[in-house]
Amino acid sequence: MNNIQSLTKKGSFYLPENISANLGQFDILFYVIFWLSVILFVGLLIFGFFFIISGKRQQDDQLAKKQITHNVKLEVIWTVIPTLIVIIIFFWGFKEYLIMRTTAPNALEIYVSGKKWFWEFTYPNGKKAIDELVVPVNQPIKLIMSSTDVLHSFYLPNLRVKRDVIPNRYTVMSFESAKLGNYNIFCTEYCGDQHSNMKAILKVVDSDDYTSFLNEVDFDESIPLSEAGANIYVKKGCNACHSVDGSNMIGPTWKGLYNKNREFADGTYAKADEVYLKESILYPQRKIVKGYQNVMPSYQGLLVDKEIDAIIEYIKELSK
Amino acid sequence: MKNFITEKKGILSWLFTLDHKRIGIMYLVSIFAAFALGGFAALILRFELLSPDKILLTAKQYNQMFTLHGAVMVFLFIVPSIPATLGNFFLPLQLGANDVAFPRLNLASYHIYLLGALFCVASIILGSVDTGWTFYTPYSTSTDTAVIMMVTGVFILGFSSILTGVNFISTIHYLRAPGMTWFRMPLFVWSLYATSIIQVLATPVLAITLVLLMIERVWGIGIFDPAIGGDPVLFQHFFWFYSHPAVYIMILPAMGIMNEVVTTFCRKNIFGYAAIAYSSIAIAIISFLVWGHHLFTSESEVAATIFSFLTFLVAIPSGIKVFNWIATMYKGSIDLKAPFLYFLGFMFLFVIGGFTGIFLGALAIDIHLHDTYFVVAHFHYVMFGGTLYAFLSGMHYWWPKMFGRMYSEFMAKIAFWLIFIGFNMTFFVQFIMGSKGMPRRYYSYIEEFQIYHQISTVGSWLLGVGFIVMLVYLIQSLRSKEQAPDNPWGALTLEWTIPSPPQYHAFEKTPVVDKGPYEFGVEKP
Ligand code: HEC
Ligand code: HEM
Ligand SMILES: [Cu+2]
Ligand SMILES: [Cu+2]
Repeated sequence: MNNIQSLTKKGSFYLPENISANLGQFDILFYVIFWLSVILFVGLLIFGFFFIISGKRQQDDQLAKKQITHNVKLEVIWTVIPTLIVIIIFFWGFKEYLIMRTTAPNALEIYVSGKKWFWEFTYPNGKKAIDELVVPVNQPIKLIMSSTDVLHSFYLPNLRVKRDVIPNRYTVMSFESAKLGNYNIFCTEYCGDQHSNMKAILKVVDSDDYTSFLNEVDFDESIPLSEAGANIYVKKGCNACHSVDGSNMIGPTWKGLYNKNREFADGTYAKADEVYLKESILYPQRKIVKGYQNVMPSYQGLLVDKEIDAIIEYIKELSK
Repeated sequence: MKNFITEKKGILSWLFTLDHKRIGIMYLVSIFAAFALGGFAALILRFELLSPDKILLTAKQYNQMFTLHGAVMVFLFIVPSIPATLGNFFLPLQLGANDVAFPRLNLASYHIYLLGALFCVASIILGSVDTGWTFYTPYSTSTDTAVIMMVTGVFILGFSSILTGVNFISTIHYLRAPGMTWFRMPLFVWSLYATSIIQVLATPVLAITLVLLMIERVWGIGIFDPAIGGDPVLFQHFFWFYSHPAVYIMILPAMGIMNEVVTTFCRKNIFGYAAIAYSSIAIAIISFLVWGHHLFTSESEVAATIFSFLTFLVAIPSGIKVFNWIATMYKGSIDLKAPFLYFLGFMFLFVIGGFTGIFLGALAIDIHLHDTYFVVAHFHYVMFGGTLYAFLSGMHYWWPKMFGRMYSEFMAKIAFWLIFIGFNMTFFVQFIMGSKGMPRRYYSYIEEFQIYHQISTVGSWLLGVGFIVMLVYLIQSLRSKEQAPDNPWGALTLEWTIPSPPQYHAFEKTPVVDKGPYEFGVEKP
């Protein structure tokens, strides 16, 4: 998918590449905790091994060489030192957290809406995009997020940030990317069947590309209508629930759909003509196809008429 | 001479017994059945994850499977595991008592456990739940699966847990043998005391939360459901107010067993008896104040900061216990038998689990790691590497006392190494893929994570084989004719002064205690 940067091949052994402009210390803190842990762990192992080897029982009735039940000095040391280390880690973690949660005053605001199972982004000029977050490089970004159904969580591994997306409430997340490229976005709060497919791409571009993205017309007039429909099918995420090869997914397949008789959950019938298809896309909750759940989100305001026409054309094409 | 097993015959003499030993054994069988069910689900999950594409399960079935695995492992297996089995059997014996304070409540707690388990199994048949074991709203109020049935089961199981806790607290207060002062009690008893406090105080909160969830689901009154003005995050607060302390219900008794095993197999008095006893109680109390560390990505900055600090606070007493155990090994007479191997395994894995907990407690780091496989690895290291290892250690330690039969030490070592290697192979790679960004509860994943998942799955097969070997030699031991000695390890606590297996009335004469539980002698120079 649009050659996204690798999480496993780039970056350090444990962490993916860090592209954040302000969280450089995050990785240092991670590895400080890591190496402290390794040193302590190896220390404990050495003591353990040494005690076992030197104390291994030779005869059945052998007793211990010594009985020690207290040592105040030792106990104070092994309480105070870990406590100090832990306090340092706490403050350091807290400091990074503050950086993470502080939004620069000049941040660019983008609205994010989580829906089962895709992300919709609304830019300052009103432009909307699905599963594609385009941001200018070296520019603080503020995401204002909300969900329309269940909980989701917006996760940018390369930027080390994540925030829950909650229905009926706005949550805010900020970041600033210092590096161009395409990166993964995952949903990390369990949200149902397609939770693991609720992915998106973060595209970090330079400011010229960003401006042209904002002004770019979504609809490509130069290709046949049904082909444009096929593109929208992928781009707008219909493919998460609808197949075009006859197989059943969360929603009915589009193959052979046009002009078929549809039976609905409430026992009524209708023919899948243009009017019905358009209604199904704009108001999916009005007629629920029998055997399916009422889970399709409404695309009202997300697709312009031209795009809906293209999809219908594509569905017709699939029924030939 | 008759013992508690041969005393009476017939299935009913078991199902309606008031004998704490028989109830302990019935719990042992039931809990291992639950473990087998949860483990089977785990193997299927791991198998499905061999590939990002479908192998056996659909996405929905995968979600149902991990919910089944998590709920069974937590509510049916690990929460009751040590207290209800080894605790039931050995708490009275270690105190020099012939039964718990309320034998009828003890039996009731077992019957309630069975009833709760029945509901959970019914929910699997009636459209298995797909919410995850945490039942987060509003997903749990909107999914079409059998949430009510499962939640009812968990609600019922809670009462079983509360009854066990009440019983243990009263037993410890009132049934100690003459001379058994609080500071002469074995540390396993102290740990069960701390555990019982949490069980009695925290479980009702879970019960209330689950009732609210059911009301919300059936009548939609708008407590948790945002569509009608509720607050889904409130559910998370309620839920973790129980479920974080529950983590200590799982680990405290495990730590208790470790004290018994390390002293016996090193023939050493415990280092820092009082520190260990008090820290159990301290952990029990602080555990009520850290639930918010599960909500770092959803709550306000101030709350997150306070909870992060408290989380570190509760880590320190656990760390001190590890130092105490290492110090106890110093200059001991060490016998590397199976129970002690599991003790060493516990130390190794629990320390890794603890250190990775420090990563998760540090605020900024947790934001990145939350809900990734790093967390999955962390809690498996603590629950499997900690609690289950201690449980296995205790089971091998007390097996000859419970059944009067000895298992094959050689086979036990083979199983130990299979499980140890298999476990690390299954779960260590999960730290790496998690911190690299692989989210949890994922049916499918981006291709570059496949190799990690494949290593993990192969590890899970080793684990499976290890447990099958264990099952075989334990069953073999029961069928052997050879009688195990009364005190095969040379331990000093009271349960080893009576025959193996104990008689129905374990102590014919009430023992009189005049010293601490671990006062081993010293080799003459
Ligand atoms: C979350 C999954 C999901 C997504 C995403 C989704 N749909 Fe649907 N869709 C469904 C389900 C389920 C049904 C059947 C239930 C119903 O009628 O609402 C359905 C029904 C339909 C129907 C009526 C089909 C019939 O067989 O009668 C059309 C047309 C349709 N969707 C178009 C779209 C388009 C166009 C998109 C993308 C812009 C899309 N859907 C995205 C789940 C989804
Ligand atoms: C002591 C024993 C165990 C306990 C208490 C335990 C507990 C849990 C819990 C609570 C979950 C979370 C479920 C959820 O997200 O709702 C989980 C997930 C999981 N466990 Fe275990 N588990 C145990 C043993 C194992 C073993 C032995 C394996 C491997 C063979 C395993 C493999 C998994 C897998 C694959 C997941 C799902 C991960 C995901 O999709 O996010 N578990 N376990
Ligand atoms: Cu999700
Ligand atoms: Cu917790």
